[in-house]
Formats: sequence, C-alpha cells, structure tokens
Amino acid sequence: MTATTIPQPVAQEAVRTALSTSARPARPSGLSTSLTFWWRAMLKIKHVPEQLFDVTAFPIMFLLMFTYLFGGALAGSTGAYLQEVLPGILVMTVTWITMYTGLTLNRDIAKGVHDRFRSLPIWRPSTLVGPLLADGVRYTMASAVILGLGLVLGFRPGAGAAGVAAALGLLLVFSFSLSWIWTLVGLLMRSDNAVFAVSNMVMFPLTFVSNVFVAPDTLPSWLEAFVKVNPITILVSAIRGLMHGQPVGGEIGVVFAISAALVAVFGPLTMRVYRNKA
Amino acid sequence: MHTQLEYAIEAAGLVKHFGRTRAVDGLDLQVRAGAVYGVLGPNGAGKTTAIRMLATLLQPDGGAARVLGHDIVTEADAVRSRVSMTGQFASVDEDLTGDENLVLLCRLLGYPRREAKARAGELLDAFGLADAASRQVKTYSGGMRRRIDIAASIVVTPELIFLDEPTTGLDPRSRKQVWEIVRALVAEGTSVLLTTQYLDEADQLADRIAVIDHGKVIAEGTSSQLKASVGSGALHLRLLDPAQRLEAERVLLRALGTPIRLEGDPAALSARVADAQRVAHALTELSNAGVAVADFALGQPSLDEVFLALTGRPAEDQTDDDAPADATTEEVAA
Ligand SMILES: Nc1ncnc2c1ncn2[C@@H]1O[C@H](COP(=O)(O)OP(=O)(O)OP(=O)(O)O)[C@@H](O)[C@H]1O
Ligand SMILES: [Mg+2]
Repeated sequence: MTATTIPQPVAQEAVRTALSTSARPARPSGLSTSLTFWWRAMLKIKHVPEQLFDVTAFPIMFLLMFTYLFGGALAGSTGAYLQEVLPGILVMTVTWITMYTGLTLNRDIAKGVHDRFRSLPIWRPSTLVGPLLADGVRYTMASAVILGLGLVLGFRPGAGAAGVAAALGLLLVFSFSLSWIWTLVGLLMRSDNAVFAVSNMVMFPLTFVSNVFVAPDTLPSWLEAFVKVNPITILVSAIRGLMHGQPVGGEIGVVFAISAALVAVFGPLTMRVYRNKA
Repeated sequence: MHTQLEYAIEAAGLVKHFGRTRAVDGLDLQVRAGAVYGVLGPNGAGKTTAIRMLATLLQPDGGAARVLGHDIVTEADAVRSRVSMTGQFASVDEDLTGDENLVLLCRLLGYPRREAKARAGELLDAFGLADAASRQVKTYSGGMRRRIDIAASIVVTPELIFLDEPTTGLDPRSRKQVWEIVRALVAEGTSVLLTTQYLDEADQLADRIAVIDHGKVIAEGTSSQLKASVGSGALHLRLLDPAQRLEAERVLLRALGTPIRLEGDPAALSARVADAQRVAHALTELSNAGVAVADFALGQPSLDEVFLALTGRPAEDQTDDDAPADATTEEVAA
C-alpha cells in the first residue's frame, strides 16, 4: 500500500527471516533464570560502578568512626575494644546495606522493565532472588573490606580463618533472609525516598539498640530487655563467638530459625505483592 | 505451529479500578487471530491498563478475558508463554547494552549461552542495530529504542504481540520503520494488538479499530466504517486574498454541504468532508467563482475530530491528576 522509496535500515525481509528462524527452546529452570538475573545485577555493577560506594567507603567509615570514637571511651583501649566491636560493626554494616536491596528494586520497577520480566513464562521469584544473590556478592565485598582493615588495625580472630569463614556464612544467610523485608518495602512504597525512610526507621533501633557497642548488662533493665531479644544482638553474639572460638551453638540455632521465619513470611508476601503490582 | 483459533483475544466486561479511578470500566474486545487490531484513545483512556491485564500483569477487578484461548487469570502462565508485550515505557534495561539486553532475554527464554549470543546478534542485525550493539540503551535515539524494544519482544516468535503506543514520540521515518516491522510480524502469522493516539496509524496498520474512552469501547469497526461515521477528514484551505473569504465560504458550503469553519488566520478556512470525491468538485467551483487558492490540504480526521464526532466533545486528557472533571460520567462519592 505505502511503497516507500527511502532505503530502510530495517528491511522487512530481514525481520521476517529473524522471526521465522526462531523455535522456542525448552523452558529454563528457576535456578537458571535466577542466575540470569544475578548476571544482570552484575552487569549493572559493571556499567554503574558507583553502586559499590556503599560497600567500600561506607564500611571503612563505620569501622574507623566507631572504633576510635567509642573505642577509647567505652573500653579504655581501642586494641581490646576492636576484638569485641569488629564483629559487631561487621554485622551492623552488612545488615545496614541490605536495605539497598529495597531501594534498588524500587528504582528498577519505577523504570518499567519489570513489566517485561513479569510477562515472561519464568519462575517469577527469580526476578527477585537473582538480585538478592547478587547482593551476596556486595555483602561479601563489604565484609572483606572490614576484615581487611580490621586486621591492619589489630583485629585477631581467635578461631582463625575457619571461624571467620563460618561467621561470614552465617551473616550472609541472615542478610539474605532480612533482604526479603526490604524487597517487600521496596514494592510497597511509592518512591525510593519512602523506602529509605522506612528502612532507616527499622534499622536504626535494631542496630544501635543492640550489643554492637555496649554490653547489655550495663543498660537500664527495660532497655536491656529489648537488647536481649533483638535479633541483631543474637546474631552479633553468634558471629563474635564463631570468630573467637566461643561456644555459641544456641545463638546460631536461633539465627537460623529467625532467617527461616523471615523467608517463610516475607517471601510469599513479597511475591503476592509483586504479582499484583500495578 | 499456530493453533487455528478464531479469536486471539476475547474480553468481556473487563474492569480495573485504581482507588476511585475507573481506569478500565467494562471493556469488551474481540480480536481476530492473524490480524492487526488497533486500540485508539486519548491519554488516560485506559489503553495501557487494558493491555497490562491482557498480558497478565494486572489482575482484573471484574470481567473475564481469554487470550489465545486461555483465561488470563486462571491460565496466566499459558498466556505468558505465547504472547509478548512491548510496554509504553522502558521495556528494556537502559543501563545495559543492546546486546546484553537481548542475551538476557534469550537466556530467560531458555537459550543456552552460545545460542543466546547468536540469536541476539541475529536480531540486532535484522533490526539495523548491529552498530549500536555494545552501547548502553540509554544512549539510543527514540527510534532505536523502539526497535530494540520490539526486538526484545520477538526473541521467540509470539503468537500475539501487544504494542503499547509503539510510535508515540517518533519522527515520521522511525514511525514508518515500526510500521514495516508490524507488517512483517503479521505476515509471519503473529496477531498484533497495538494502541495508538493517531487515527492515521490505526488506519495504516489495523484491520479493525476500537475507540476507547473512559475505559469503555465507544466505537468499533474497520477504519472505513469508523470514517464513515466520522467523516473522512478535513479540507484546509488558504486563500491568496483574505477579502475573498466570505465568497469562498459561500461556494464551499454549496459544494460540500457541511459546515465551514473560519480559522484564526484571516485567509484560512476548513471544512469537514464526508466524501473526498466532492473536494475536487469544490475546488473547481472555487476557481469558477474566481477565488484564488494559495494552498489546500486534505487531512485525515485527527483523534480530536473522531472524538468530537463520536462523543460530542474533544478528546481531553483523562489522566486523573489533571483531568477536567467530567460531571456527566462519574463522581459518585464526593
Ligand atoms: N498504577 C496506577 N495507579 C493509579 N492510577 C493509575 C495507575 N495506572 C493508571 N492509572 C490511572 O488510570 C487511568 C488510565 O490510565 P492508562 O495508563 O491505562 O491510560 P492510557 O490510555 O494508557 O493513557 P496514555 O495514552 O497516557 O498512555 C488514568 O486516569 C491513570 O491515571
Ligand atoms: Mg498508556
């Protein structure tokens, strides 16, 4: 009908050929698509490396600030204090950066590309699981920065490399589980600012009103009660114990239980919201 | 491989509310398989919401629809594996390169790594994007964006493709390219549902058109049926001498038999024409009467004119944030 004489970079023929040659491959597994979304997150780090600021500069700042600011004041000497506080700061930093999960998801969805992902015949949670796995890489980087700097400053884990590795493993499990809260928040809030505000409101009391900086028994009893049931406190005790070779089997069990509960509650809830996201 | 289905889409009474906004308000659609169906409507009419329900991205609040024979709610997965959709806004990842985007989709659709790479290359070539393959999509022009969006939708050939305003904001050349792609898709047997704000686009591409307004279909038919009810277009005239305008108006009124509008430009007038044949006659009459015409154009009716003819009011923006309250339709709760 409309015979165009202008040469077209898009040739009808080429498009038709590209169409007819494609036969649908077998449907990939949920693991495979999750790994593909993990790969996407890695590509985004490659293209936008500024994203790594919060897992490099932020931990360094936290460690230096809290060791030297509180270290002298609370424990008399920074050297002794570091042995106690470093595992705490590690937990605090890594759990703190879990909230970027929600921020990233919120921004990603606002751009619209998730409509395409949600219209694909794939295991739907992989869209969210993939980035969470990629966050594991970020948490590991942050941990490496803190441990590296800590070693330079005089941190000496009593249980050696094996203890540190076990502690990191536990921390990653907990952080992955905690991230499901932020994916839910990221889906529910209308803007990334709101996500940030909500996450801060949760993370401030959780991390500061814990045993990261002070021993709970030095606190007034009502505060002590909260600190003792705070999951972050239990996690910090477990991590400290693992790093210094103290028996913390009970705490580890509780951390696993809390992690399982977080995924069991927030996983399905998040998927429900994601499915019906307008 | 395509099943012999009569209808690619059958929707009855689809409803979707957002708070008090009735974005889609009882939408009925019947889209024949193997053809292009156009959904025409102004901003906020509910086009995107309707498409997102049909593509299983949104659960309807009421009504039902079958896409390629599958229920969009209970058989959403079956629908997803047979349709694909190109959203109105970013439908690929702007931070990734064109190549990475396509490889990503190939992998998600089950291509092994090497085949994914090959398929992505094939598509980039076919869509004239090979040179831009390793550039981030955010550096693409509007036309290139649209092409990669569509390429991403045909990694595996869908039986039905949704294109949400595929040419809005494109220059005429890029629009033509998208049209060519749509024609290629149909030629290979894919059914197409596209939304647009331009009647001429629907006219060029679509076998049937539904006009929607406030989430409902207000007119449906082929483009000629639609134009028959609207008038085939408008004649725009400019005279050499503005002093002859009243004379021109008199001649045109007699020749065309439709109301003549005097434009703001003192030398210009325009008229709705029901039948393009009469335009030639009218122009001859003008020259017989000694009225000199500087230029004239016969345009297709705009969406505004379609709306004016169908609803008696212009196609206002219906998005809720700046919608001029239309007292006749809703406002139940105050
Ligand atoms: N997620 C949402 N939340 C609240 N309101 C929404 C949402 N999506 C759409 N709406 C409202 O529903 C109505 C229909 O919107 P929709 O996007 O479907 O229109 P459209 O025809 O696609 O418009 P456009 O031509 O501007 O793309 C509008 O009033 C819009 O503001
Ligand atoms: Mg829209």
